[in-house]
Amino acid sequence: MDNQENELDYRSLWVDEVKYRTTLTRKYLNRKPYEPPNIKKIKAFIPGTIKAVYVKRRSRVKMNDDLLILEAMKMQNIIKAPMDGVIKAVYVKTGQAVAKDFLLIEFQ
Amino acid sequence: MAEKSKSTDLRRRMRDALKGGGDKAIERQKATGKLTARERILALLDAKSFHEYDLFVEHAGRDFDMDQKYLPGDGVITGTGTIIGHPVCIYAQDFTVAGGSLGYMHAKKITKIMDHAMNLKVPLIGINDSGGARIQEGVNSLAGYGEIFYRNTQASGVIPQISVILGPCAGGAVYSPALTDFVFVVDKISKMFITGPEVIKTVLGEEITMEELGGARTHAEITGNAHFYAESEMECFSQIKQLVSFIPWNNFKKADPFPKKKPKSRKFNIEDIIPGDAKQPYDVRDVIRAVVDDSEFFEIQELFAANIVIGFARLDGETIGFVANQPLVLAGVLDVDSSDKAARFIRYCDAFNIPLCTFVDLPGYLPGVEQEHAGVIRHGAKILYAYSEATVPKITLILRKAYGGGYIAMCSHHLRADFVFAWPTAEIAVMGPEGAANIIFRKEIMQAKNPEKLRQEKIEEYKEKFANPYVAAAYGYIDAVIEPEETRPFLLHALQISKSKSVERPQKKHGIPPF
Repeated sequence: MDNQENELDYRSLWVDEVKYRTTLTRKYLNRKPYEPPNIKKIKAFIPGTIKAVYVKRRSRVKMNDDLLILEAMKMQNIIKAPMDGVIKAVYVKTGQAVAKDFLLIEFQ
Repeated sequence: MAEKSKSTDLRRRMRDALKGGGDKAIERQKATGKLTARERILALLDAKSFHEYDLFVEHAGRDFDMDQKYLPGDGVITGTGTIIGHPVCIYAQDFTVAGGSLGYMHAKKITKIMDHAMNLKVPLIGINDSGGARIQEGVNSLAGYGEIFYRNTQASGVIPQISVILGPCAGGAVYSPALTDFVFVVDKISKMFITGPEVIKTVLGEEITMEELGGARTHAEITGNAHFYAESEMECFSQIKQLVSFIPWNNFKKADPFPKKKPKSRKFNIEDIIPGDAKQPYDVRDVIRAVVDDSEFFEIQELFAANIVIGFARLDGETIGFVANQPLVLAGVLDVDSSDKAARFIRYCDAFNIPLCTFVDLPGYLPGVEQEHAGVIRHGAKILYAYSEATVPKITLILRKAYGGGYIAMCSHHLRADFVFAWPTAEIAVMGPEGAANIIFRKEIMQAKNPEKLRQEKIEEYKEKFANPYVAAAYGYIDAVIEPEETRPFLLHALQISKSKSVERPQKKHGIPPF
């Protein structure tokens, strides 16, 4: 029991401006840091496969124009432009499999 | 003569049925390190207590040439027996027979033994080891699952329901264990998931191993679906036996009393466990062990949300449910998972007439975007709901910190604890001294010549005035401030005096807990 205690990996945790000495859980350490949403970065909302890409670098698009098709769970999801603008980069090709939150397209 | 041949006929029929899936299938089962369904039942129940029923049930498949096939017992063994003298109804899926797949009659056998358990008012144990629905029986196997889920729900809070996952338990099948009270898993043997790794890979392109996705450790530590984790099937069975000794047969009974025993006070000296500094950690389980019979604490969900500790122990022979913040892990904060874990346990104890003891030492709720977005408001509310609703005797002891919402949530008088005790080290306040001083004296500190010096002075001032149990005691929110060594006598007396507790609740069909 005593030996085990010595092996514990003590860290600091702040709650209400007080620093506590404690251990952290695997789940806590693996939590995702928060990122504020960025309208200019189009990410995969679900893992899937790119079925079509309708734009390329420097394309000028209007809000709600089709950008690409992301197929997931046998559904073809048409990803539309969230704003008027110019495409800065397209990071995917037709046929490519993407994980959730993979960056697909970036606006200028 | 005729009678003798009839007996011979019975013996032959039994021999065929008891063979299960046959030697080859049994060999395959053993090769994966698993016992057979019948071996499991015999290992778990008291010697010679198992009585099997429905051995000659035959499957009802008529399509895909299934009517040509003989499936002994239709892939599930059902019966009754005892565990350390406690009566139980039990079923075990037999993976050697058609992969333990669930068809119409397989489900019928299970629902029959479930109905039996409900009528007899005894615990139900289900050993799961099944490839899932028997596809050849189509919608009838779906109906079978539905009938099981309905009965699990009806039995909830009436008889204890225990699920043992000793093989695959995938797809819809997982919802029977999920509806039961306690789920046992064994390393490398248990596999639970809605969608398997292969489908996840084909459909979503995400790669993960079976163990990481739905193995025993994952469910015991990450998802919280499992309550007990064992390295082997035999260790798992000894955990089940121990659990059965702590719980009553049904919701009209109390758990069987045990002979009274004193704590092992030399090993667990209550004076030495807690560091004076509220920021330093210790293992709250040692405090529990220091006060309970024989220092024996039977912990539940040890690996999941370890920032709160739940489990059973005995005080003068009576089973008590313990809930305690764990300063050793995440400083003992409440968060989404620990609230879920505690709330469910509180409701279990309340349903089965097990008094609750709550040990408090927490800085509050875990801060962070991740927690807020994970719904710490609605999850955190569960613990308030569960404590407020519970009518069993509720005894609370504040060891050290009881700050803010955490103080209220951890079975304060306001949620109708019967007794709230506090050690002299208790600090009952809206928040820790540092935070409070910064807010109350913000202006003065900002305008001071030496802000840091004044800040420290103000923190000390606040500590002096509020970081103690006497402000709360002055309002009657604490019934008694007690020395640590008085803990056991105070708990024993509180329990003795609460034996005939009865409280009126408003008439309702049921409440709407923040699920």
